[in-house]
Amino acid sequence: MNLRRDIFQAMADPTRRAILLLLASQTMTAGAIASNFDTARPTVSKHLQILTECQLLEHKQNGREIYYQINAKKMKEVADFIEPFRKMWDDRFNKLETIMKNYKSQNNEH
Amino acid sequence: MKKLVSIHLFKINNMEQKTKINAEDGKQDLMITREFDLPLELLFKAYAAPEIVEQWMGTKVLKLESKKHGSYQFETTDAHGNVVFKANGVIHEFSPNRKITRTFEMDNTPFGVQLEVYEFEQLTDDTSKLNMHVIYESAAQRDQVLALPFAQGLNMAHNRIQEILNTLNN
Repeated sequence: MNLRRDIFQAMADPTRRAILLLLASQTMTAGAIASNFDTARPTVSKHLQILTECQLLEHKQNGREIYYQINAKKMKEVADFIEPFRKMWDDRFNKLETIMKNYKSQNNEH
Repeated sequence: MKKLVSIHLFKINNMEQKTKINAEDGKQDLMITREFDLPLELLFKAYAAPEIVEQWMGTKVLKLESKKHGSYQFETTDAHGNVVFKANGVIHEFSPNRKITRTFEMDNTPFGVQLEVYEFEQLTDDTSKLNMHVIYESAAQRDQVLALPFAQGLNMAHNRIQEILNTLNN
């Protein structure tokens, strides 16, 4: 039996990616997470279990409730959290630079 | 599998980083800085002229009044004419070749209004620098906006790893 699930297999699922996004900035109970999806509660629980098994999520017992949160350290192993945001702006600025260089050479010809 | 992950990260860390992001933990703002191979006037024009903003932002500019108390509206539609992105804001300060202060809000999202302060700086006759200071309503909202491309990118990262695995298996 494979105890440690594969991270990328876990992330391949759109519902699980949505759960990671939901938990990006807050801790939530299983119930609160499930209320964001149309899928049945046990299905969401299964997704949470998979994400926890591969250590992308951690859970804490607080009274009767279990709170889920992102395991930031594990996330950083997969990819730097801010890098895609930086890349998005870098691509945008590269485009701006190319467009304005063309604009400059066009205006110099006239 | 572990080895493949570190190869992937190695590539990311060694990319040339012309654009820098500074987002401290727990703060509700961030700073984006970028140096351009462009004279200051051309860099500023890319923010002031609607027909140029359209080109590099990849969105339709419905309105852009580049002046104090002016406002702007962006809209992107898909092939079927459905609106997939809509944003608007007002301009608080418009100082040519120096500074733009404006608000930015995406319609139908939980991200709230953000305040954007753009400072344009001349470095040499042919190079310039942009400092973009963005202030969000809360630290949580900032982190959500930061996480958006990350969440979208998870899919791509997965595909890339899969491609590597497929190559190795063949």
